[in-house]
Amino acid sequence: MKKLFTALTHRTPLGWLQLKHDLTRLLTAMSGIAFADILIFMQFGFLNALLSSNTLLHENLQADIVIMNTQALNWGELSTFPRRRLYQALDIPGIESADVLYVNSVQWKNPQTQQKTSVMVIGMNPDRSAFALPEITQKLNEIKLPDTVLFDRAARGEYEEAIAKTELGETVTAEIERRTVSIGGLFSMGASFAADAVIITSDQNFLRLMPKRQPGTVSLGLLKIEPGSDPVQVRAMLDAHLPDDVKTLTIEEFINNEKTYWATNRPIGVVFGFGAAIGFVVGVVIVYQILSTDVNAHIAEYATFKAMGYRNSYLLGVVFEEAIILAALGFFPGLGISIGLYALAQKATALPMLMTTTRAIGVLILTIVMCGISGAIATRRLQAADPADIF
Amino acid sequence: MMNKTPVIAVENLDHYFGQGQLRKQVLFGINLEIYAGEIVIMMGPSGSGKTTLLTLVSGLRSAQSGSLKMLGSELCGASQEQLVQARRHNGYIFQAHNLHQSLSALQNVQMGLEVHGTLTRSQMRQKATSILEEVGLGEYIEKYPDNLSGGQKQRVAIARALVAHPAIVLADEPTAALDSKSGRDVVTLMQKLAREQGCTILLVTHDNRILDVADRIVKMEDGRLTANSTVNAVA
Ligand SMILES: Nc1ncnc2c1ncn2[C@@H]1O[C@H](COP(=O)(O)OP(=O)(O)O)[C@@H](O)[C@H]1O
Ligand SMILES: [Mg+2]
Repeated sequence: MKKLFTALTHRTPLGWLQLKHDLTRLLTAMSGIAFADILIFMQFGFLNALLSSNTLLHENLQADIVIMNTQALNWGELSTFPRRRLYQALDIPGIESADVLYVNSVQWKNPQTQQKTSVMVIGMNPDRSAFALPEITQKLNEIKLPDTVLFDRAARGEYEEAIAKTELGETVTAEIERRTVSIGGLFSMGASFAADAVIITSDQNFLRLMPKRQPGTVSLGLLKIEPGSDPVQVRAMLDAHLPDDVKTLTIEEFINNEKTYWATNRPIGVVFGFGAAIGFVVGVVIVYQILSTDVNAHIAEYATFKAMGYRNSYLLGVVFEEAIILAALGFFPGLGISIGLYALAQKATALPMLMTTTRAIGVLILTIVMCGISGAIATRRLQAADPADIF
Repeated sequence: MMNKTPVIAVENLDHYFGQGQLRKQVLFGINLEIYAGEIVIMMGPSGSGKTTLLTLVSGLRSAQSGSLKMLGSELCGASQEQLVQARRHNGYIFQAHNLHQSLSALQNVQMGLEVHGTLTRSQMRQKATSILEEVGLGEYIEKYPDNLSGGQKQRVAIARALVAHPAIVLADEPTAALDSKSGRDVVTLMQKLAREQGCTILLVTHDNRILDVADRIVKMEDGRLTANSTVNAVA
């Protein structure tokens, strides 16, 4: 260990000196790596922004544990299960309440354009709001009125005028399944992949709007745990007690499931993953070009070092030293520029673009791996540095 | 001279290049003994096998058959690691200076010490500085090879080869790329340093003007050593 330390402190930093000697090439390499890192950061940034905009419903749910059909895939494809499962859940000690949530996507006539558009209708218990947003909890009396709904002012689509009218107190009406509904209030949630627009109403209104829906088949069960009981234990008892046609998830699991679903099962995740992979490959190619040109340019010197008694491992060390230095020198400008671009993109798209420490460290590791791979390929050229054959 | 043990002892050394049909013998039954402190010059036409013999003796190339002893250890059939160790006892001076472009004169010379891993940075710096002063480059130690003349670069290369006090110095046409004046200077310098350090020199050259530094001249022709004449006895 001490020997290694002295070896390192006595060592001439050859890789660094070589890089420093040709500043133009060093700058080229740095900008190449920074460019690759920016590509990767932007892909991850957009993917994460889209994924988190997609879990706003989940995050605002007033529940500790949710119950859903075992086959449920995501919020848009929840399927249904018998309401009886919720009464069974109430048998478990430690469960404080169990509420029904009905979810269904339908076509409605856009109140502004009168065009048929898809909308997601959510029916909940008006006495115990499923969502924590104050704008919703203050309007619970409105949705008790027949055919009255709350509308998301952050919905995607042409709703500006309808929203403006509602805000002025005018009555805005739309049509769902040939029933006229009026907008009784607004809340702010945001569009997701599952729905461009969400309307929230009472369970009774929901069932009136969806005459084919049996009251006994529900989309989501919202369970609250009594303060003081152990959530892990309650959950375990629930799982043991409930039949296999339903599954239970904590809110965190529900959120992560939704993200994972869109990131892995749908083109969106693949598209952004592909973008990040392209960035990575671009980085590998650029760094490989730089490093192998550098090795070629120094073959005679390297062969001389071998003739002086340096081992092959010493030269490998020089190449990897260069790779790591390039990774660090390229990463930080890339990080800085990406933070700036995040701010610009957030302004332009209203998506939440945030640079997290985890992502920065992740991309730094990725950059080191990227440069390491390039270095490893470039070291193959070192074989030409044979002192017996080069002179 | 006969009562000393040779630092280099070559016996019946053959060497072949290539494989199968293309296999070609370039060294034939070489016998050569070089004693401590001797300066031996090897001459011979181009392509006669001088460089091949030098790379074998210095451990840059693995010996195939016969016997090749350097400082008592056998290099014929030696492992890579043994060859690496052998190289560390040698100072090799190439026809081209082969200095590292990204390192200053001082850093280049220090590389000759760093390989041994025994000295601290300041000790290395001090030794490298003093040998550069000895070769007359005291004012140039921070200069990069691009800013030095051919003769100065070759002197840095000599300093690099000699800074760790090698037992044997091998030089392959070290003056070929230099004009006659700087060539002469370089050889005189090698002779002086070698005398001071008591090291043995095997020098390949075509240059008739520098033969007077030799204790002994050997001639290579078509892969065979033909003459082994003593010019003047070791003092
Ligand atoms: N790496 C090699 N592969 C095949 N043949 C070689 C190689 N190196 C040298 N030779 C051949 O070996 C012979 C001796 O070469 P060399 O030792 O370089 O001669 P010198 O140094 O006396 O000019 C030449 O015929 C040369 O073509
Ligand atoms: Mg030659």
